[in-house]
Amino acid sequence: MSAMAEERRQKHCSVVLPTESMKAMAESVGVGQLQEDSCVALSEEVSYRIKEIAQDALKFMHHGKRRKLTTSDIDNALKLKNVEPLYGFQSQEFIPFRFASGGGRELHFYEEKEVDLSDIINTPLPRVPLDVSLKAHWLSIEGMQPAIPENPPPATKEQQKVESTEPLKVVKPGQEEEGTIQGKGQGTTTPDGKGQCLGLIRLKPRSTHELSVEQQLYYKEITEACVGSCEAKRAEALQSIATDPGLYQMLPRFSTFISEGVRVNVVQNNLALLIYLMRMVKALMDNPTLYLEKYLHELIPAVVTCIVSKQLCLRPDVDNHWALRDFAARLMAQSCKTFSTTTNNIQSRITKTFTKSWLDDKTQWTTRYGCIAGLAELGPDVIKTLIIPRLAIEGARIKAVMEGPVISNIDKIGAEHVQSLLLLSPKYPIPYHHLFI
Amino acid sequence: MAAVQGGMSDADIETDIKTEPSTDGFGNNNANDGRVLSASPGSGSSTGSNKQTAAVTPEDQQTLLAVLQFLKKNKLIESVEILRREAGLPENSLDPKATESAGAGSGGAAGIVDLEGGDVSSLLSRVTGSSSAGAQAPTKAVAEDQPDVRVVLSAYSQQGDPTLYEVYYSDLKKFIETVLDCHRAELSQVFYPLFVHMYLELVYNNHESEAKAFFEKFSGDQECYYEEDLRVLSGLTKKEHMRGNETLLDFRTSKFVLRISRDSYQLLKRHLQERQNNQIWNIIQEHLYIDIFDGMPRSKSQIDAMSGSLAGEAKREANKTKVYYGLLKEPEIELPLDDEDEEAENEEGKPKKKKPKKDSMGSKSKKQDPNAPSQNRIPLPELKDSDKLDKIMYMKEATKRIRLGSDNLPSVCFYTFLNAYQGLTAVDFTDDSSLIAGGFADSTVRVWSVTPKKLRKVKSAADLNLIDKESDDVLERIMDEKTASESKIMYGHSGPVYGISFSPDRNYLLSSSEDGTVRLWSLLTFTCLVAYKGHNYPVWDTQFSPYGYYFVSGGHDRVARLWATDHYQPLRIFSGHLADITCTRFHPNSNYVATGSSDRTIRVWDVLSGNCVRIFTGHKGPIHSLAFSPNGKFLASGATDGRVLLWDIGHGLMMGELKGHTDTIYSLRFSRDGEILASGSMDNTVRLWDVMKAFDDLETDDFTAATGHIHLQDNSQELLLGTYTTKSTPVIHLHFTRRNLLLAAGVSQL
Repeated sequence: MSAMAEERRQKHCSVVLPTESMKAMAESVGVGQLQEDSCVALSEEVSYRIKEIAQDALKFMHHGKRRKLTTSDIDNALKLKNVEPLYGFQSQEFIPFRFASGGGRELHFYEEKEVDLSDIINTPLPRVPLDVSLKAHWLSIEGMQPAIPENPPPATKEQQKVESTEPLKVVKPGQEEEGTIQGKGQGTTTPDGKGQCLGLIRLKPRSTHELSVEQQLYYKEITEACVGSCEAKRAEALQSIATDPGLYQMLPRFSTFISEGVRVNVVQNNLALLIYLMRMVKALMDNPTLYLEKYLHELIPAVVTCIVSKQLCLRPDVDNHWALRDFAARLMAQSCKTFSTTTNNIQSRITKTFTKSWLDDKTQWTTRYGCIAGLAELGPDVIKTLIIPRLAIEGARIKAVMEGPVISNIDKIGAEHVQSLLLLSPKYPIPYHHLFI
Repeated sequence: MAAVQGGMSDADIETDIKTEPSTDGFGNNNANDGRVLSASPGSGSSTGSNKQTAAVTPEDQQTLLAVLQFLKKNKLIESVEILRREAGLPENSLDPKATESAGAGSGGAAGIVDLEGGDVSSLLSRVTGSSSAGAQAPTKAVAEDQPDVRVVLSAYSQQGDPTLYEVYYSDLKKFIETVLDCHRAELSQVFYPLFVHMYLELVYNNHESEAKAFFEKFSGDQECYYEEDLRVLSGLTKKEHMRGNETLLDFRTSKFVLRISRDSYQLLKRHLQERQNNQIWNIIQEHLYIDIFDGMPRSKSQIDAMSGSLAGEAKREANKTKVYYGLLKEPEIELPLDDEDEEAENEEGKPKKKKPKKDSMGSKSKKQDPNAPSQNRIPLPELKDSDKLDKIMYMKEATKRIRLGSDNLPSVCFYTFLNAYQGLTAVDFTDDSSLIAGGFADSTVRVWSVTPKKLRKVKSAADLNLIDKESDDVLERIMDEKTASESKIMYGHSGPVYGISFSPDRNYLLSSSEDGTVRLWSLLTFTCLVAYKGHNYPVWDTQFSPYGYYFVSGGHDRVARLWATDHYQPLRIFSGHLADITCTRFHPNSNYVATGSSDRTIRVWDVLSGNCVRIFTGHKGPIHSLAFSPNGKFLASGATDGRVLLWDIGHGLMMGELKGHTDTIYSLRFSRDGEILASGSMDNTVRLWDVMKAFDDLETDDFTAATGHIHLQDNSQELLLGTYTTKSTPVIHLHFTRRNLLLAAGVSQL
């Protein structure tokens, strides 16, 4: 109680302009030597009047249905008081005041630049601003908010994050204001969410993953386009995945699609499809409205597979599977950065996995390459503590392969790539774009 | 107003305090109260004339002199002569020097005249400022239109020891904190008005430092909903500031109303008398109106629900008048064409649909609602043929209306204004949802057609002459096809357009603006027909009557005006609000008008008499939206505090509170059948509320109408049916189409 009162008292403390400002203003209109008393009286009066005008200006802001007070509000408030408005007091900048000090005084002033009229006359006219127009969209259809770009995403990223990282929080009573009520009628929560979850026990709303017909069609189209043969269509589909705000409900399907797709295509050594799937992962990660944390258990194994798998293509000596490894490594690093927490320890687990197989002598060169690429992407700290100390050993191993008797061509190529990777890795970024764009 | 106060010198006030006995000050206060209740031009002028005949008070004489001075200045010599003769003033009364000598001779009243003489300019500005109110005579305007500042302030002249104020206040505080729990909440209501009056008294008597100390010590104890007012008060630290401060004047001219049970009141009275605490007792006597009731003291939550307005709660008597909230009988219109059309449109299900509709229409019109006003209580315009056609259209649409409910929510179509650069200030839809009008901060008014039918102007006069006037499609022929476009812009205002309203017949559009005018536009020629002047200050809102012809406007000058489109002066002036009128709404039966204000009250006015028939308090911030339920029984209001309050007009009671919004509610609308209330807010959401349930829940409870107390349930969450968030578009207007599709509008803030 007292603390609150204290706080409020602070707010009410009347702020008065400093008397120095009065002096400065007096000087600016040619009145020198203003008495101290007059300064005090003036500053109190001026502060009071300014507050009055501010209050009136606020009224105009409210009626203008804005959150921001503008100079025109102040002008209108002045007009109410029969004072001539300050015409032409518009500013390009947020705070138009400049600071100056000298002679022991500090001063904020409004900079009035001299403008050359001929400059203004000679500059080409700016483009005419677009005219006001009307656009209609469905905010809600029979109580459900359609997931279209005009509407905000059905579940905000923060909400998804809270749901996935702190599932208990949503259940706690007293927090339901935003949590459960927001979900109501938006299709993300229980179908019986309309006003009936009133019992004393508040259950965590069960997510239903039933898709509407439109969503099923969309899913089919998108997945087909993503793994299809038409590159233009694929680009469009990926663009849609990366930007569409309404994908939240389809996320589990996409995640399963990717995970299953990788599993099948690794076995079949279908490099192209693996690349397409990784691009889908990238698009999902790029979507600002999605929070993938709940689906990492499917996505991470898929990505890691694409980094470290022994064989990713039919002809390892010719095909550029290295680029896929690089790309997937980047994705891995990105998800570590975004989702690693002290509870899931993604980064350290991934680091351990990579290091372990790298340290194993029997590891193939392809996997070796993937491990190093994966580690290298995790940032300078990882490079410093894990890669640099092993450079000498790795160098010796490469030398052995390169200079020793030719056992297999594949090994040689692998070693070459590891070598170039190790030479490259301190320099960011690893180029991989040539394949994908 | 600034001019009035600015021109006054300290000397006048001093004299006034000396010459006018304090009882006179009270007389004036009461007169102001009277003004509040009888505000129609008719009754207003009668009280005015009473005043004049009663006695030539010094006040009147001053005014006369001021008028004379003004006339003379403007070289209207003849008028000067006539007026002087009529008033019986001496010839030399206008000469300042002569007045001085006369004043010295006769003393008394003339003495005041003398001192006022130097101040004529300020008086003049007062006269000219308010005489534009139209029908009111200038003399009356001086006496009544402006609360007399000096009189108001003079009530503060009582001197007490400034250092004792804190003692008095904390003494009372201690007492109230120690009384029984059941009385404490009630007595705590006294704190705020006492605090303000004591603070102002200190300020008035130039005890600046004591006043500041007093404020700092006790401002934290006040209820949080008075925050805004306290902020204004905190800035006010000098006697000079008090002149011209509207908030203060409001506080002084109207007595703060408290409702306290008899027991609690007795307790307080006894305590103050025991302690000889005259300072506080005087304030309570002079500036507070304590509405005593018998029965149980109210609880803290009951009090909190009703308090928060600028001048306390409404007196119980204020809400006792009978209000005819029922609907007018619908004119019976034959629907011969209807059947065929309907048959053509959908063959199956037709007979089912038709029958219940006809029955309901029939029963409605046969049974006269006992709560409805008589059909001709106020004269309404006659139905034209086109209106009848529209009614038929309306009925047809109504048969296709979706019945809404908690399990059948409406669809929401959102109209976003793009490229408006934050300039959209008002929106309205026509009843048939075919047109949208927008008022903009750049003074323009724009109309869009949202149907494929484009907007066309009428042909020029020369072209109209060429038309065959006998042809059947003459109405089609008068339109100029070349002017067809989706939107039209109308120029005329010289300030932001804050209010906009279509006429029910879609031929006219009203707009109110910062420039103080309300303009009537023709939607046939897209030109301005009339500019209604009278408000002089920004007009915040305007609305057409549901039957057309009449409209209401309200603005910064704290009065709402009722106009008829063919009169350039208002028919009624509704005055009584203590701050800006922020929104105005017509009752569905057109007999009443509701106004919401920055003084945090809602008033309902009788169009016939001009009297205020309801005062609703309970909001904690300026009210920005109002909506009547379609059956006319209920009123919903939304304010900057983000709450929607529901009111029962007949009983004059609060029915419920809908919490959920986090910012100002700019729009409220009931569905066509009144089951669902939609609210749109600055917090970028549209929310739907199950008001049927809210009303039902309460109607089963017995109204304790006698005391006017209600127990508000905190069931907002159960009543909230849906929340729809826009990306970043505050919702500033809502409209249910005739088929119960919800349309919303706003301007994107991206």
